[in-house]
Amino acid sequence: MSAEQSPKIVIVDESPIRAAILQEGLREAGFTQVVHISEMQSLLARIYAVDPDIILIDLENPSRDVLEAMFQVSRAVKRPIAMFVDQSDSASIQASVEAGVSAYIVDGLKKERIKPILDLCVSRFNAFAKLQEELERTKSQLEDRKIIEKAKGILMRVKGLNEDEAYVLLRSTAMREKKKIGEIAQSIITASEMLK
Amino acid sequence: MTAPLRIGFIPLVDAAALIVAVDKGFAAAEGLDIELVREVSWSNVRDKLNIGLFDAAHLLAPVAIASSLGLGHVKVPIVAPFNLGINGNAITVSPALLAALTEAIDGDRFDPMATAKALARVVAKRRKAGAEPLTFGMTFPFSTHNYQLRFWMAAAGVDPDEDVRLVVLPPPYMVDSLKSGHVDAFCVGAPWNSIAVDLGVGHILHFVSDILVHAAEKVLAVRQTWADKNPDVVAALVRAAEKAAVFIEHPENRTEAARILAQPERIGVDAEVVQRTLDGRLKISPDGTFRESGRYLLVGREGAGRPDPVQAAWLYAQMVRWGQAPLTPDGVKTAMAVFRPELCDAALGRPQPTEAPAPFGAFAGPAFDPDDISGHLEAFAVGRWKT
Repeated sequence: MSAEQSPKIVIVDESPIRAAILQEGLREAGFTQVVHISEMQSLLARIYAVDPDIILIDLENPSRDVLEAMFQVSRAVKRPIAMFVDQSDSASIQASVEAGVSAYIVDGLKKERIKPILDLCVSRFNAFAKLQEELERTKSQLEDRKIIEKAKGILMRVKGLNEDEAYVLLRSTAMREKKKIGEIAQSIITASEMLK
Repeated sequence: MTAPLRIGFIPLVDAAALIVAVDKGFAAAEGLDIELVREVSWSNVRDKLNIGLFDAAHLLAPVAIASSLGLGHVKVPIVAPFNLGINGNAITVSPALLAALTEAIDGDRFDPMATAKALARVVAKRRKAGAEPLTFGMTFPFSTHNYQLRFWMAAAGVDPDEDVRLVVLPPPYMVDSLKSGHVDAFCVGAPWNSIAVDLGVGHILHFVSDILVHAAEKVLAVRQTWADKNPDVVAALVRAAEKAAVFIEHPENRTEAARILAQPERIGVDAEVVQRTLDGRLKISPDGTFRESGRYLLVGREGAGRPDPVQAAWLYAQMVRWGQAPLTPDGVKTAMAVFRPELCDAALGRPQPTEAPAPFGAFAGPAFDPDDISGHLEAFAVGRWKT
């Protein structure tokens, strides 16, 4: 795809990691003109300066309403801008909204050329969400492990247990109370701090 | 017990009836299991409602109408069986703009015609001096805020598309934008006006009830197809919202209502600020001046919950006046069909009221007649409905 054929794509996203993932994917797919805007101040001026064919925006970005207004105003000044999404595209809209991305396509770009871009965005957004989830899980596991270590130490000191016995006590209490080991460990730490 | 419902809302005080209905248990008492989802933009609320990710939503009344007409986005017919709020917005100006208006004003500072005329003088003076046009922030192209600002300034001949700049700003960005000089004024719902005053960066110039005494603001919106399929759920939702509205309006419940609304996962601001809005007693200047109005935000009083199709027609007329929609007989019909008082009456098991609903009480222009929108619009000098 040559540079003049490649549509100009603006990515509006405050998350630099997600924007980078998206940018990379679009480049790999042969879209050479991709611009990332992360600064929400004077968003419209920046968009006008780039004059994009497509704007991709993270759904959790409050500035989506600002873009909606741009489309309204642009129509008033006869700038050829339109929403790509029409009635027949409800499946695409649904997929993109569920994934957390919204696309605004400037008029004059053929629908067939938009479909692969949107599909790519949806899959990249989904991949990012999964990554984020895993990161959160790992983080909380790490956090749990630290707490459990600390609680074990308290039990060993206060009750004169060895490490294995301390862990068994934590686990059996958690099972009996139908709670997570991390929660039981946290309550031991809290209690011991109060009793200091 | 019905299936769990997902309902989207924007953190604003006029989501009160919905939030209290859920958090105070009125919804559960109706057999509803509701998950309230806090959203960041009206576009998101609209899209998630339209594609079925939400069953219902706290929505700007004009967005419900625009969606039904297919304006600005996909056409999805929406119905509003309950009105979540009447009024509730305010116009806040920067200290510099207030000073300029005060210098130019001839008359009462709380008279919207006097302030609009003062604005016209300030605009003319700035133009002569070669200064940048004044910038006003509002929340969405299809919003009461947009129409209220336009209605006010146009009454004194200020053309909102030529003489000033109107820009969309997400409500949480309003205060910062005023502080940084990015905008000179804004029109937004509670609590953002109060927050600007508390931070010392703005003065409340008008409650929007100065401009229109009784105007529909937010609705409880559902998809037409969903309403047709789930009439019992719609009725239960209306009853829960009505009970919450009645609860909120009892002065002795205000503190509790404010506390519920202030929670971090709901509106997430100081309960005292929320209570000011519910009580209609707002600090309007950083020096501590308060102004009280029984009409600031009506949640359940004066039949506020019952949708009035004439209000929908008025909002449609504003879309026509400002070039957002063409004027067609079908358009009027579609707009009016969004507001469904009969669904509200049926749910609450009460007869249709015999007295006429409250009029808008607009400070300028003739009384509104939904059967003669073009005649009504003719009376206004500024507008672009024919261009």
